[in-house]
Amino acid sequence: MSGGHDTHSHGLNLTLHVWRQKNAQDTGHFETYSLQGISEHCSFLEMLDQLNEQLLREGREPVAFDHDCREGICGSCSLVINGRAHGPDRETATCQLHMRRFHDGETIYIEPFRAKAFPVQRDLVTDRSAFDRIIAAGGFVSANTGSPQDANALPIPKEAADLAMDAAQCIGCGACVAACPNAAAMLFVGAKVSHLALLPQGQPERRKRVLAMVEQMDKEGFGNCGNIYECEAACPKGISVENIARMNREYLCASLTARPQGEAKGGF
Amino acid sequence: MSTTPTTPKLDSKCPTGPVSERWDKHRFELKLVNPANKRKFHVLVVGTGLAGASAAASLAELGYKVSVLCIHDSPRRAHSIAAQGGINAAKNYPNDGDSVRRLFYDTVKGGDYRARESNVYRLAQVSNSIIDQCVAQGVPFAREYGGLLDNRSFGGAQVSRTFYARGQTGQQLLLGAYQALMRQVGLGKVALYPRREMLDLVVVDGVARGVIARELVSGAVERYAADAVLLCTGGYGNVFFLSTNAKFSNATAIWRAHKRGALFGNPCFTQIHPTCIPVSGSYQSKLTLMSESLRNDGRVWVPKSKGDRRSPDQIPDEERDYYLERIYPSFGNLVPRDIASRRAKEMADAGRGVGDNGMAVYLDFRDAIRRDGAPRIAEKYGNLFQMYERITADDPYKVPMRIYPAVHYTMGGLWVDYNLESTIPGLFVLGEANFSDHGANRLGASALMQGLADGYYVIPATIGSHFAGRKLGAVTTDHEAFRTTEAAVRTRLERLLSIDGKRSSDDFHRELGLVMWNHCGMARSEQGLKTALTKIRALRDEFWHDLRVLGSGEELNRELEKAGRVADFMELAELMVLDAEQRRESCGGHFREESQTEEGEALRDDANYCYVGAWQHTGEGANLAWTMHKESLTFEEVKLTQRSYK
Repeated sequence: MSGGHDTHSHGLNLTLHVWRQKNAQDTGHFETYSLQGISEHCSFLEMLDQLNEQLLREGREPVAFDHDCREGICGSCSLVINGRAHGPDRETATCQLHMRRFHDGETIYIEPFRAKAFPVQRDLVTDRSAFDRIIAAGGFVSANTGSPQDANALPIPKEAADLAMDAAQCIGCGACVAACPNAAAMLFVGAKVSHLALLPQGQPERRKRVLAMVEQMDKEGFGNCGNIYECEAACPKGISVENIARMNREYLCASLTARPQGEAKGGF
Repeated sequence: MSTTPTTPKLDSKCPTGPVSERWDKHRFELKLVNPANKRKFHVLVVGTGLAGASAAASLAELGYKVSVLCIHDSPRRAHSIAAQGGINAAKNYPNDGDSVRRLFYDTVKGGDYRARESNVYRLAQVSNSIIDQCVAQGVPFAREYGGLLDNRSFGGAQVSRTFYARGQTGQQLLLGAYQALMRQVGLGKVALYPRREMLDLVVVDGVARGVIARELVSGAVERYAADAVLLCTGGYGNVFFLSTNAKFSNATAIWRAHKRGALFGNPCFTQIHPTCIPVSGSYQSKLTLMSESLRNDGRVWVPKSKGDRRSPDQIPDEERDYYLERIYPSFGNLVPRDIASRRAKEMADAGRGVGDNGMAVYLDFRDAIRRDGAPRIAEKYGNLFQMYERITADDPYKVPMRIYPAVHYTMGGLWVDYNLESTIPGLFVLGEANFSDHGANRLGASALMQGLADGYYVIPATIGSHFAGRKLGAVTTDHEAFRTTEAAVRTRLERLLSIDGKRSSDDFHRELGLVMWNHCGMARSEQGLKTALTKIRALRDEFWHDLRVLGSGEELNRELEKAGRVADFMELAELMVLDAEQRRESCGGHFREESQTEEGEALRDDANYCYVGAWQHTGEGANLAWTMHKESLTFEEVKLTQRSYK
């Protein structure tokens, strides 16, 4: 299983400044490590794996970071790399970032995603369960498992299906929040609101959904959009800020037409 | 190891009668739990992939009290999310001759006749409802311009029956199930416990009544009691270290249940996926799959002559060997996965592989791009091409992809009956974690189908027989069995922490993986398997003497988590080898070098091996041992033949 690529270069020598924090209560600090001979073909997380092996050999505790699928779809990986959520490449999650993007002798700063709503649990690991609570508030179609109508009984224009899919691609990583100066979650929420508002299946709960999700978003302590668009720039799936605009329209429309609580019978 | 050649005592509970009526008949005969009583029963679901999320949501909708444990920070991150290509169903929307019967037939044949007919027929039957249900949830499947659903082809089938959402079908299906689950969480019907890893099963009076789990942030060891436990914890492909599975994917939940008495079915049945990005270096932490759907338009080839190091564009057509099209003219590049993988290995072994180390073959889109234009190809596979380029720095629009087989899926798993119940009453196993429906080889786009079939449609119907048919006494976490099981878990964690050796669990894991890949991977032989057994036992011994885990159990400790999983893989590896050794035939993904046709195809031995090998754990530690039981497979609907895709 020896690789072909390894033999071609002596690899990169790097200086890493990594955020270390024992637990949620700890204040945290940067620690500096040097790493030698990293292959430019390995991924950023594989570089961290090698750092951890080195730390373990030295009797020091490895750096904790979230990761799982390592192919850019599960949304587990995070990291602010040299000040940018998911690092320097556009539409690339940290796990898909490769070391060929860095040069020999480079200094790299590695921090957790920072936001009030994403408390650090250890080192680079944060708690992003606020996103789940937003989905639980309304990010679904209420369709119990059963025997619904035939799938093709509901034709959906290809354009609508494609736009919905563009929004539905969100991997829930939270880079939009980490990149935003206001730590706003509006790209995340806008993407789910758009996905379902664009489809006929989402219509019955369309207004109730956007109101409930936005309310939960505010409750979690996320900020508001300031039209800086850092979220779109950081998004590993390239989700457009158009979805924030759509959410705002949906929200405005829903709030203007909503009845006061208790008055509505049978929903909106 | 001893085998019991006598009649197996395993009762599959498969219904009898015409295959197309069995599921209906069975559902009618199953006991029901009345709506008011459902809320009295507590179901504990472990895992939130397609099977777990769909089961938890559906059972909560029915009124059961549900708790869910999830190893990630969010249920949406389960590895089903990474499935790319699609999900099969027998809708026959393209009018190309598909039917429930054909999907059933293709799946039984694709699995090389080592699955139960009753199960597979049921799977094909509910496949259509799954698509309807997912569309009702708002899953954005690909559509034609007229607004109707689009289909594509996958290996092992001559019809287009695969529904897809770009190259992210698993993601969209999982998000559908996840959203249904979160809706129930919001309604207070499901209690969700994220960042929990199940470390043992609690059995009371022979019935599964809960689990012991570790909260991964604080390290707290916790007890969960229930009236039924559902393991939806995925497969064990990571025993090979390098696989397409996510890093958290592990065997611990099913392995612990196995050691508490659940039989393990066909552990050696492993799927090696033919189209993965080849290994590039010793730092490699996992392998990345390139969806099988690419074989719809990509053509697989190697140079005709050995050691041809020219760049692919310098090799003229007449000097290329499109070997799948040559050997299998009727299925061509769309032969099933096991066959495509084996042929790729054969090319590399013959010195005709490509890439730096010759361990790859080409998957070439040149002709498809000429025919349909790059924009059309981008629309179908854009995200896959982008993923490939990120990893390899090669542009597949210009240079053929280099691909090689990698471990992808495990058809083996805990033995379950037709109700998805294991040999421990009250313990149900769903999705990839069970051994069920794919026989010795799973067809592409059938894993998503099975996970959702189990969760949305099978378990909601079958779990009632457990509640209505058995007298379940009240059990709380104060029960003696919880105390002793928790103590065993704590002892084990302390043992892992106190070895104070030199090697990391990853280091051991890599070595174990290499032994498995070399001797229990794409080709297996009597001699190789014997070698593997010796090496695994020695490595396991070394592991328990030279492992290094720093830190404590009372904190977020990834090294401790990994160590526990590797310890279980070390035992599971041995069982896989034993199972591969006893099965002296080739079938599907299990290729015994001693058993092949003249053309190098897998040669089954139906007279002697038409059974499920179900392993019972009988000895612990230095006396680790198993006994194998057999469940005979009978075929009434499909005639057993040598699989041919020529």
